[in-house]
Amino acid sequence: MDFWFFLIQALNGVQYGLLLFLVASGLTLIFGIMGIINLAHGAFYMLGAYLAYWLAGVTGSLTAAVLLSLPLAGAIGYGIEALLVRTLYRRDHLDQVLLTYGLILIFNEATRMTWGADVHGVAVPAALNWSIKLTDTLSYPVYRLMLSAVCAVLAVGMYLVITRTRFGMWVRAGASNRDMVAALGINVKLLFGVVFAIGAALAGLAGAISTPITSVAPGMGDSVLILCFVVVVIGGVGSIKGAFLGAMLIGLADTFGKVFVPDFASFTVYGVMAAVLLWKPRGLFS
Amino acid sequence: MEDVKGISRRAVLQAGAVAAVGAGGFVPTRFAIGNTAKVKVGFLLPYSGTYAGLGEAITNGFKLALEERGGKLGGRDIQFIAVDDESNPAKGPENTNKLVTGENVDFVVGPVHSGVAMGMVKVVRETGTITVIANAGAGAATGPLCAPNIFRTSFTNWQTAYPMAKVAMERGMKNVVTMSWKYAAGEEAVAGFEQGFTKAGGKIAKQILVPFPQEEFQANLTEIAALKPDGVFVFFAGSGALKFVKDYAAAGLKSIPLMGPGFLTDGVLKEQGAAAEGLLTTLHYADALDTSENKAFRGAYRKAFSKDADVYAVQGYDAGQLLFQGMGAVKGDTGAKADLIAAMEKAVINSPRGSFTLSKAHNPVQDIYLRQVKGGQEVVLGVAEKALADPATGCKMG
Repeated sequence: MDFWFFLIQALNGVQYGLLLFLVASGLTLIFGIMGIINLAHGAFYMLGAYLAYWLAGVTGSLTAAVLLSLPLAGAIGYGIEALLVRTLYRRDHLDQVLLTYGLILIFNEATRMTWGADVHGVAVPAALNWSIKLTDTLSYPVYRLMLSAVCAVLAVGMYLVITRTRFGMWVRAGASNRDMVAALGINVKLLFGVVFAIGAALAGLAGAISTPITSVAPGMGDSVLILCFVVVVIGGVGSIKGAFLGAMLIGLADTFGKVFVPDFASFTVYGVMAAVLLWKPRGLFS
Repeated sequence: MEDVKGISRRAVLQAGAVAAVGAGGFVPTRFAIGNTAKVKVGFLLPYSGTYAGLGEAITNGFKLALEERGGKLGGRDIQFIAVDDESNPAKGPENTNKLVTGENVDFVVGPVHSGVAMGMVKVVRETGTITVIANAGAGAATGPLCAPNIFRTSFTNWQTAYPMAKVAMERGMKNVVTMSWKYAAGEEAVAGFEQGFTKAGGKIAKQILVPFPQEEFQANLTEIAALKPDGVFVFFAGSGALKFVKDYAAAGLKSIPLMGPGFLTDGVLKEQGAAAEGLLTTLHYADALDTSENKAFRGAYRKAFSKDADVYAVQGYDAGQLLFQGMGAVKGDTGAKADLIAAMEKAVINSPRGSFTLSKAHNPVQDIYLRQVKGGQEVVLGVAEKALADPATGCKMG
């Protein structure tokens, strides 16, 4: 009994961590590699959720909705990069904070105007709407397991793309010396636009696939954003591996914190962050 | 001498007649100066953010109540001044000041958020502006911080939760887990339930408080499953309520009865779908109340705003009724504050929720209904507690 309880809580923590990683990985790409402080990252998470909610209503299928909202969020991300963010690469971080904070306000208000202030929910697809019975009282929803699997696959895929492919090499090189990479004949503008779009799409995907287990409401991205920054800072800015470990750490700390030290549940996540930064001020991998 | 005296007497009479006629068209007896000025009603409500819909419903309900009664307060025209409180407690005092000292309003109606209410109460206690709380259920506003000029037409958090204890007992629950966000409204509601439940001999297996506004409940649901209680009492509202109810069902906990104050389903019932089936809630109102007042109100509201009324619209509507009765009694003379307050204290509000009066602490003494979700509909099972008054612990008034 105690063993199962512990195991399922660990599973809860890992699952939460994987979801956090999916959102945070896009942030670490944009923030860590491109050097843009993107406070609007949570807004893309919200956008993905709203697109999935809207498209699920139109198409009648959550799978179709998620697959459609992914390129849509990416395209919107690309548009924002081309129109606004592009001018800020060589500017101060403060300017970036100002612009992307403004984007949060605009996104929140725009979603409210488009979809209203009401709270929405998306039903779990019928095929995944069941639970695996682990003990006589404890069971685990299959949708959450599926969600974890998708996140895990994406985590591995992203790691491989960034570290093992030519595209990943360009991105890393472009970040450390933009002029040199441009001189080599690579279209850095396009490259950075694409990276920003991928980051937005990842956040959007996280928002979209979590709609059945979250509630779709204006401003839903704001609290996620804070956790994502915690994850990125713990992991080491710009490191995909770090973001993954950081997300796991936060997911587990939050889950076990809630269960074993509920009075400090609001602080466990920040306690872990403080401890890690005392030990490694620049994050786990940097 | 005689003449002079006569003239002067006549002059006095004439002057008196002129004054009476001058005021007469409007406010016959009490009023002499300022009678053409409009009554200023200030709304301190959320018009943006998550609670925007609630602010809108309260505003609509308030205006509907007055439109149905000729569109005037004590015979005077009304000017509405709305301030968006952004549901931001930090800006509560500042936003209240905008209305009270900036606009010099006669009345304040608001807010939704308990935190904002605490800031608002601080200000209006000092200025003495007559204030009607049309939602925020914070006990302190009409408890330790109660004041003659502060009224409420909504509920206290305690009021919406306490009656459920009796229901749980009657249904044979002996061991219950309670859960809520760790913030004032949730803690007050949970405390209300626990007070009633333990007094009746029940046992609280565990009280779970989660950080507000987090919505990741999975770890706590696993805990509840492991504890195997007879029932679970929760306070959640809005997106948290939607998420909790869905997660509860997904975690396979539907065999354990879930109950809470009515905010658990109000406004999100449709989105909760099958997950909400069987939920037991207590509240001072239900959309489906089968009374002629409620039907007339809902019909009029739908006609005026092409939207269905909800509990928030009712609270706004009753705030309008309360001010109408008070101002009627003093014939629009806002200067007669003591009489105005006395009239509001004595008001009987013919509410869509059923008629109610106010307690000494200025809270509604109202019936709390027991409701259950059946076939996707909120069904009224009956009255959980008749004419329930908040204990208003700490209020020295009355």
